Amino acid sequence: MDASTLAPTAFIGIGQIKPLGAAPEPASHGGCGTTGGEGKASCGSSDGPQDMPAEIWEKVKNHPCYSEEAHHHYARMHVAVAPACNIQCNYCNRKYDCSNESRPGVVSQKLTPDQAVKKVLAVASEIPQMTVLGIAGPGDSLANPKKTFDTMRMLHEQAPDIKLCLSTNGLALPDLVDEIVKYNIDHVTITINMVDPAVGEKIYPWIFYNHRRITGYEAAKILHERQMLGLEMLTARGVLTKINSVLIPGVNDHHMMEVNREVKKRGAFLHNIMPLISEPEHGTYFGLNGQRGPTAQELKAVQDACAGGANLMRHCRQCRADAVGLLGEDRSEEFTLDKIEEMEVVYDLDKRRSYQEQVEAERQQQHAAKLDALASAQASMPEVDADMKVLIAVATEGHGRVNQHFGHATEFQIFEVSRDQAVFIGHRRVDLYCQGGYGEDEQLPSIVKAINDCHAVLVSKIGACPRDELKAAGIEPVDQYAHEFIEKAALSWFADYAGRVGRGEVAHQPRGDASIRQGAFTSEAAA
Amino acid sequence: MPLKIIASTCTGCSACEPECPNVAISEKGGVFKIDPSKCTECEGQFDAPQCVSVCPVDGCIVQA
Repeated sequence: MDASTLAPTAFIGIGQIKPLGAAPEPASHGGCGTTGGEGKASCGSSDGPQDMPAEIWEKVKNHPCYSEEAHHHYARMHVAVAPACNIQCNYCNRKYDCSNESRPGVVSQKLTPDQAVKKVLAVASEIPQMTVLGIAGPGDSLANPKKTFDTMRMLHEQAPDIKLCLSTNGLALPDLVDEIVKYNIDHVTITINMVDPAVGEKIYPWIFYNHRRITGYEAAKILHERQMLGLEMLTARGVLTKINSVLIPGVNDHHMMEVNREVKKRGAFLHNIMPLISEPEHGTYFGLNGQRGPTAQELKAVQDACAGGANLMRHCRQCRADAVGLLGEDRSEEFTLDKIEEMEVVYDLDKRRSYQEQVEAERQQQHAAKLDALASAQASMPEVDADMKVLIAVATEGHGRVNQHFGHATEFQIFEVSRDQAVFIGHRRVDLYCQGGYGEDEQLPSIVKAINDCHAVLVSKIGACPRDELKAAGIEPVDQYAHEFIEKAALSWFADYAGRVGRGEVAHQPRGDASIRQGAFTSEAAA
Repeated sequence: MPLKIIASTCTGCSACEPECPNVAISEKGGVFKIDPSKCTECEGQFDAPQCVSVCPVDGCIVQA
């Protein structure tokens, strides 16, 4: 893949929109650089080609997990060939397997390497923008080295244009770095929740290492040392790394900046701080013992505190180990073993390339149009305090526009908006408000809870009932920017809002906190 | 005394299979079973039975 080439200045990410006069700083080591002023906080995965060496941009530009912008255009899939694990985490319960439940570590169907390869080729034929294949479990990819590398070897031969990735807890990583390099696996995610075994022993009850089950501080110490060694070895070989950290309030929340600092020091490309998913019905140690996940503002506070360190990924949907499709959607039901058995699979590399070239052209056009729109929105901004920042929720079906009906949204994109920029900070998953054409009034409180820290919600359309209720909750429903580019709509709304505040028509008040809905998106949950 | 896997609690994760020094573990119907004629409980081989040590489900592998 990566057949199409880009002009060196083709893209800048949302986070790159800088206040006038802010000069870009030189790129930091290992990849994604930092940008001046406000742009810094949102750098991370929103970065563009000017922020990193060309060879690194080539690796990330079509990778939905490594590039915030790419995730709107390119799809990924996971194959569940790695069921075994070599450690126990307190947020994981491997017994639970239900298609209605969706979180990492959960799958409906285990695959053999042969079945996995067949599935990948079938998906690649049906979804030509599927550019990335990952092995993420449901156990640990590197605790199943034969299954994982058999799959990778066959795909390396049969589907050479697909980027290969894997994710691991890191325990077995130092022993397998050579294999990773051999099959050209150029993206590796390591889940690192701590850099201090005293914190780690609260997260990991045991590890299985050198033929022994090891518990307590010693277990966490070995895991930590193996993770750091593995990360350093991957960096030395030029493999891009993403660090996933589960944010566990009261356990590692105050520790997360240190994690960020240590992984950055060792060359991590991206840091993805994810909320703990914890419910008693998941049967996890944390779930059963009342350990709660973070609120939206707690997560944002930690992410903001880590800004300026290793770059942050903010668009993670914590998908299942068998997910298929764009991030935020799951088409795995279309590709069950029975169904791919009946599919005629033709792996047409040229067709995939030309489709991806089309996607690339559309992406460039969209980007240029967005920049124009932004410039015009910024030109009409009234005099406002640069420190005034608000969050807004946006309903979108893609293409970077405000183009979704409030009632059809299963998630909202959250932007932090100020005089100078609109910065994407994450997603909030919600229950569908509109079912079968009718609004479900009992759903609204949960939607309000999910976006309660937002001043406004931008939609293409919204019914009278939810409109009134949102207003009552202090969230402004906004439909006059329907079908405009999100950043332009956000800045236009902000200009209007700031104008009203300036004229004394509304009082600017801080919003409260919001809750994070548990679990990732599944097609069943939306049905 | 051999060990056995309680099928109703086995998740089928396969972690035990490659750890067995006696190749006594195999898959059957999505879960794993131990061949009692091959199982030595790892006596003389390891400090503790390997399958029990790696199994993610407490109490899944017990004395037959």
